[in-house]
Amino acid sequence: MSRAFIRRGALALSLLLAASGGARAVQPDEVLKDPAMEARARDISSGLRCLVCQNQSIDDSDAPLARDLRLIVRERLRAGDDDAQVQSYVVGRYGEYVLLRPVFALHTLLLWLTPVAVVALGLFGLWRLSRRRTDPAPQALSADERAQIAALTRRD
Amino acid sequence: MLIEVGHFALALALALSLVQAVMPVWAARSGDGALRAVATPAALGAFACILFSFGALTYAHATSDFSVLNVIENSHTTKPFIYKLSGVWGNHEGSMLLWVLILALFGALVAVARDSVPPTLRANTLAVQGLITFVFVLFIITTSNPFTRVNPAPAEGNDLNPLLQDFGLAVHPPLLYIGYVGFSITFAFAIAALIDGRIDAVWARAVRPWTLTAWSFLTLGIALGSYWAYYELGWGGWWFRDPVENASLMPWLAGTALLHSTVVMEKRDALKVWTVLLAILTFSLSLLGTFIVRSGVLTSVHTFATDPTRGVFILAILILFIGGSFTLFAWRAPMLRQGGIFAPISREGALVMNNLFLAAACATVFVGTLYPLLLEMLTAEKISVGPPFFNYTFIPLAIPLLLIVPFGQTLAWKRGDVHAATQRLFAALAVALVVGLAVLALTWGGPMMAPVGIGLGAYLVVGSVMEIVSRARGYGASRTRGAAAIWRRTVGLPRSAWGTALAHAGVGVVVLGIAAQGWATEGLKTLKPGESLASGPYVATLDRVGPRAGENYAETTAFLTVRNAGGDFVGTVETGKRFYPSRKMTVTESGLLTIGASQVYASLGEVLPEGAIGLRLYYKPLVLLIWLGAVVMALGGAVSLTDRRMRVGAPARARPKSLPSDMAAAE
Repeated sequence: MSRAFIRRGALALSLLLAASGGARAVQPDEVLKDPAMEARARDISSGLRCLVCQNQSIDDSDAPLARDLRLIVRERLRAGDDDAQVQSYVVGRYGEYVLLRPVFALHTLLLWLTPVAVVALGLFGLWRLSRRRTDPAPQALSADERAQIAALTRRD
Repeated sequence: MLIEVGHFALALALALSLVQAVMPVWAARSGDGALRAVATPAALGAFACILFSFGALTYAHATSDFSVLNVIENSHTTKPFIYKLSGVWGNHEGSMLLWVLILALFGALVAVARDSVPPTLRANTLAVQGLITFVFVLFIITTSNPFTRVNPAPAEGNDLNPLLQDFGLAVHPPLLYIGYVGFSITFAFAIAALIDGRIDAVWARAVRPWTLTAWSFLTLGIALGSYWAYYELGWGGWWFRDPVENASLMPWLAGTALLHSTVVMEKRDALKVWTVLLAILTFSLSLLGTFIVRSGVLTSVHTFATDPTRGVFILAILILFIGGSFTLFAWRAPMLRQGGIFAPISREGALVMNNLFLAAACATVFVGTLYPLLLEMLTAEKISVGPPFFNYTFIPLAIPLLLIVPFGQTLAWKRGDVHAATQRLFAALAVALVVGLAVLALTWGGPMMAPVGIGLGAYLVVGSVMEIVSRARGYGASRTRGAAAIWRRTVGLPRSAWGTALAHAGVGVVVLGIAAQGWATEGLKTLKPGESLASGPYVATLDRVGPRAGENYAETTAFLTVRNAGGDFVGTVETGKRFYPSRKMTVTESGLLTIGASQVYASLGEVLPEGAIGLRLYYKPLVLLIWLGAVVMALGGAVSLTDRRMRVGAPARARPKSLPSDMAAAE
């Protein structure tokens, strides 16, 4: 009973996802007259998350909410906001979750520093390792060894 | 009846894999050789049983046997036959069965492989492989049984998700799984070595063909998935940084690192502990990649079903294998003897750098994928980590990694000479610079990063060609003269050298394709028949909009003619919306017109009542290079696999006397 229910739920979910799969995204009627401003709008949109979709920007999504957000972005641009102002306006309304590129702050420190930290730690580890395991300084040959080599080379 | 026998065969496979897992370990304790030998027939038997079981399910799907729940949920009588077959793995239960089938296949291959693996290592490896098979077959039988019957049987099924009814997606999962599961062998070898407490160049030699096979298939699988997303999801992107894509990228990055560190181990007996760790990591990430998707933690288009009991079982599996292997590693790794010292500037040094950057890239993807989950759990704060984050972090790691590639190939083992290497790479560096600057000048005012990428791609391709050329010619005093002698040397180069050069050139080709997307253009307009829309150097004219019927769908199609800027006819392209009545779903079918390696990509938007349509038209310059490059990379892996030493496992290659000795040194 509950299994069937879950299956049906999963089916509904996959239908929902698939329905949003045939993305149409930005519609011709949304496009701004000024191509430069439209380019800015597209640029901002590609960094804003569609809140009801899985991992899609509002620029890629055809969900109604994404369309609303696209219209808000364009409205703010027409009102004379710069890119940062538009972004903070949207964040102010929908929260930080809307940003596809997380802000650099205390709670995202670990996230942003991972690549640098891994490379730095790796290099440090290699440096330590190479210091610990360097070749012992070459020893001079003893008289005995010299004689052996001489004997070997003479035979050839 | 066949279904029940299939179910029974799966239970038999469970028992056989338990035998395979336990007997070799028991034999090692009691020193009984006959007992140890049981592992081989057990592995073969388990494979035969699972193959039969898979065959039974396939038969049920092929004949649309709607008394089986799995068939009801994923099939339909009108579905084209090929998708009836691919429907077997287009769902959770069936794809798990495919997963264990490949797992058992690899186990059987290790059991019968005629290579020089020491018997204890082989037996222990089979035991580990048997344990993995046992656990996953148990998972299928207890939580994901594909053989559940339904009484009374309905007359019609629910059909497969139309998005999955596509040739690319029919082939994508098997390729990907061969990749994922192939790394289970490397993992089993690593665990076997840890149990044994001994690891050496023989181990590395034994592991290399399996790693190469897995890596090549994973490369193909990821590329195919990317191409499918590109044409099927309808907005022309080739990589979406979807959590699931990230999940497949992680084992690929770790596997690539593993491939390179095994080379160091085989040749120079160094990086042993690290290689073992990478083998464990790669398979752990494969498991994570397969199961994080199914556990429902990360929801995405790929999620087949989310079921709490499965989630718990999956979590237990992950803890058993990942936790267990890391514990074993922490306990036994200090016992592995370190060997082989080398200077920082050497082939080994370059390969260590390769591993460092790949590991950092892998860690970045890992943290980027899981950080939002963790943060939300710990602080209830919700953040998104999307494509811009990965572009900011991944690309700076990829560029130094790619710059090292030709240097690594040129440097000598143990102690290299940067100056000499730079001289030998002069041609590649010069070509890269000239090409990059020329492209920059020609496209002045366009994107700045794209010419850099083109230069980098050219550097990689030319660097690979130069590597073959200089090895065929020889260096300095031992330089070969005369066309015949050079030809002999070229043909005599080991296959692994050709494979390496091909794979690295393939990376260059991918980079070229990615970089060229900087100049991709997009046009968007509402069109009536007769009207045109331009994108890049091409113009598409809408000829007509009309209905078209398919086997199990109805399509509204827009027929377009593409002309170039001069008005000459280039080709026609059709894009449509397909309605699948069985699932009441509409899917956009994009239209592709291939011109050389470039494509014109048309995607139908809204269809308005008066015959007008919303049309999105992309021009994607050289976009096919992205996937062709991946194919070249996989081909490199395949060529490497045919290398003589993979087949005979002989410790030293016999060389004709006419070859100068520096070839051996350069190898």
